[in-house]
Amino acid sequence: MRPVIVVLLIALAVLTACGPRQPATLTVMTHDSFAASEEVIRAFEQEHNVKVTFLASGDAGTALNKAILTKDAPLADVFYGVDNTFLSRALEAGIFEPYRSPLLTEIPTEFQLDPEFRALPVDYGDVCINYDKAYFAEKGLPLPQTLEDLTRPEYKGLLVVENPATSSPGLAFLLVTVAHFGDPGYLEFWKALKKNGVIVAPDWETAYYTHFSASSGRGPHPMVVSYGSSPAAEVIFAEKPLEDAPTASLVGPGMCFRQIEFVGVLKGARNRALAQKFVDFMLSVRFQEDIPLQMFVFPVHPQARLPEAFVKYVQVPEQPVLMDPARIAAHRERWIRAWSEVGWIIMD
Amino acid sequence: MFFLYPLGSILRAALDGSVLLDERTWVVVRRALGFTLYQAALSTLFTLLVGLPLAYLFARYRFPLRSLWRIAVAIPFMLPTVVVAAGFNAWLGDRGWVNLTLMRAFGLPEAPIPFSGTLTAIVTAHVFYNTTLIVRILAYTLEHMDPRLEQAARVLGADGWRVFWHITLPLLRPALLAAASLVFLFDFTSFGVILLLGGPQFATLEVEIYVQGVHMLNLSLAALLSVVQLLCTAALSFLYGRLLAQVIAPIAPRPAEVNLRTPCRWAERAFVGLMVLLLIALFVLPMVSVPIRSVARLEAARGERGEIRYGLTADYYRELFINRRGSLFYVPPLQAARNSLLFALLTVLLSLALGIPAAVALSRQNVWARRMDVLWMLPLGVSGVTLGLGFLLAFRRAVAFPGLVPLAHTLIALPLVIRTLQPALVSIPSHLRQAARVLGASPWRAWWRVEWPILRRAVLAAAAFAFTVSLGEFGATLLLTRPEYPTLPVAIYRFLSQPGGLNYGQAMAMTTILMLLTAAGVLLLERLRMPGSQF
Repeated sequence: MRPVIVVLLIALAVLTACGPRQPATLTVMTHDSFAASEEVIRAFEQEHNVKVTFLASGDAGTALNKAILTKDAPLADVFYGVDNTFLSRALEAGIFEPYRSPLLTEIPTEFQLDPEFRALPVDYGDVCINYDKAYFAEKGLPLPQTLEDLTRPEYKGLLVVENPATSSPGLAFLLVTVAHFGDPGYLEFWKALKKNGVIVAPDWETAYYTHFSASSGRGPHPMVVSYGSSPAAEVIFAEKPLEDAPTASLVGPGMCFRQIEFVGVLKGARNRALAQKFVDFMLSVRFQEDIPLQMFVFPVHPQARLPEAFVKYVQVPEQPVLMDPARIAAHRERWIRAWSEVGWIIMD
Repeated sequence: MFFLYPLGSILRAALDGSVLLDERTWVVVRRALGFTLYQAALSTLFTLLVGLPLAYLFARYRFPLRSLWRIAVAIPFMLPTVVVAAGFNAWLGDRGWVNLTLMRAFGLPEAPIPFSGTLTAIVTAHVFYNTTLIVRILAYTLEHMDPRLEQAARVLGADGWRVFWHITLPLLRPALLAAASLVFLFDFTSFGVILLLGGPQFATLEVEIYVQGVHMLNLSLAALLSVVQLLCTAALSFLYGRLLAQVIAPIAPRPAEVNLRTPCRWAERAFVGLMVLLLIALFVLPMVSVPIRSVARLEAARGERGEIRYGLTADYYRELFINRRGSLFYVPPLQAARNSLLFALLTVLLSLALGIPAAVALSRQNVWARRMDVLWMLPLGVSGVTLGLGFLLAFRRAVAFPGLVPLAHTLIALPLVIRTLQPALVSIPSHLRQAARVLGASPWRAWWRVEWPILRRAVLAAAAFAFTVSLGEFGATLLLTRPEYPTLPVAIYRFLSQPGGLNYGQAMAMTTILMLLTAAGVLLLERLRMPGSQF
């Protein structure tokens, strides 16, 4: 078998090495959830006579791993999709080169977490608890106002969360509890939650579609850790036009985690000038206005107009948790390990 | 080279000595390894218990819709885990039909049968996924077994059980061993099932590799765990080789039809009836919720309480063809189906082209063959995450080239292909071949006229495996995906990653298409007449 494969690989190498050279190509590495309108990307391609290729590289963690592993000979010019929980790791690994985009002056400084301009903010979203409006209305149950409320007996067995070890909204919610209750304190809260029958799902898909009662999966539980934008998505992707969103978010102070996603020019990019142009483009109003309906997060540019469904159905939390990326990087592993030792482990 | 080189590069890059000295490392390794072995052994046992009678059923009895039932066992192998988890929950979960019915019947306040997040769920799902391995490999041997041995025992006065116990089972041992070792390896490296149905308390090596590598960005621990997993795979394959050598009893295979009979005694009918019930409960019901959900709409606007009524709709399918948001990443269903099929066909061709010679070489019983055998099985023991990162380091730019997709799929399909062919090959008595040679046939002619006709059916079974493996492979962790070449599983995950009824419905519709394609492909492969066929 060896010769066959060697021949095939050589053929591959030849095929990939000598494609036609014009127009110039720009490669953008992203996570799997990246999306954009064809029209918007085509506009950039025409303006700069360039062909943009996207490399979807797995979920956010996998994609970042791939970028770090190949930093000596990068596969792409631009990397998009590192969020504030992974930011420090990306910066420490030195995969980005600084680029102070002129458009940064238009972006609020609260989103600019890297003072050296290696990673530039593109969008943000909040991880919040979604609830089934009809369930609470029908039972006449008041909504939980604080995190502490979730441990009260009337909310027993109602909440579904994701495992922070395998899910990014799960990690975000863990960080919310760390921010609120402090370092060893958050574990006490989780013990109380466990006693109150919290369900732990491995990922967002299962939590939302299998367990959550207001999703089309029709699960048994009326509260789930999801995104602040999920109610808008429920309206936009409804089977039949809906008058109102079937879900809403709990947005009390300190109950949501703000995720910010960043883009950067990769060190050793073959096409640095174009890469910088593309970063500018991602920060421009044109691209920013495309973000909400494609990826269901908010644009960081304050002048980007939001679609109606977003204005109507997405609640913006008053005081979302914003944690220092360096603190997250330093402790995330320990926090997650301590969490998993709260007693979810039955087998030993 | 396509396997060892990438693996070597990632291990070299990621492993460092300090992780070996850390005491916590060994706690993680010990716990994960212990649980991995335990659940794999348990799952393999139950898969055998279900698979053996089913294989007997398919090999020996004529009954209505036989080939359709057979397909029902084959489809799970390629279903995305998310969909399977949803299917099982709809059927056995806390709010599943079974529990709801029991709760209503006995007025119970809580679900009487716990399922989600239990070891039972893991084992059930493994049985659901892997029974097809047992059925395919065993049914082949059972079909082609020389009926005269069993008849002789009968004539000598043995009853049905004794015949099975003393004649059929011993003859079945090589196939049983091959199938069980495959199932064990699949359970051993199980990932999605453990993650989705098991809940946070269960972690196999593979899950731990994923968590450490992807979420903690702790590559050196992930690499160490990969090495442990690899060593276990090698040890298991080695053991298989040793055992196989002891159980072979070559007997000339007979045409499949001689073993088929229509059930007539009541015990036989009861057996067939019982098995069909098992098929429905274990395979059809968990799957059937998907196609139903793909054409059913919740009648009440969601959010309203009370009885859920369903209405029929074709909206989800229609919607698949519309790029409503003008997205660059919109996946046209026909294109996705075409890509999936193309990759699957290439995988079948490649894995057969490599697998047949490899299996032939391995069937020569010598030390070298045994060592090579271990090597061939290793791809099954490597986590997708580790291998994916290895590809990246080894092949750099080529890693985004879509031509690599069938190659990567072949890598996963190859162990299956070899294991399917092996028992068939070793059971061919060497005197058949020698006779042909004595009669003046060239080695090639002897192979074409003697071995190939016997192997034909096994090759088809192997092809069906390669086909399903490729169709179901999600692949994004393995390679870099280019949005221009989407496959059906990629499209399914795209829909499931956003909320909204329409997305859910479209994911179900896409999955139904994937199921139909698999069924059609496997059916076609089984019907295929290959050149040189004698029976």
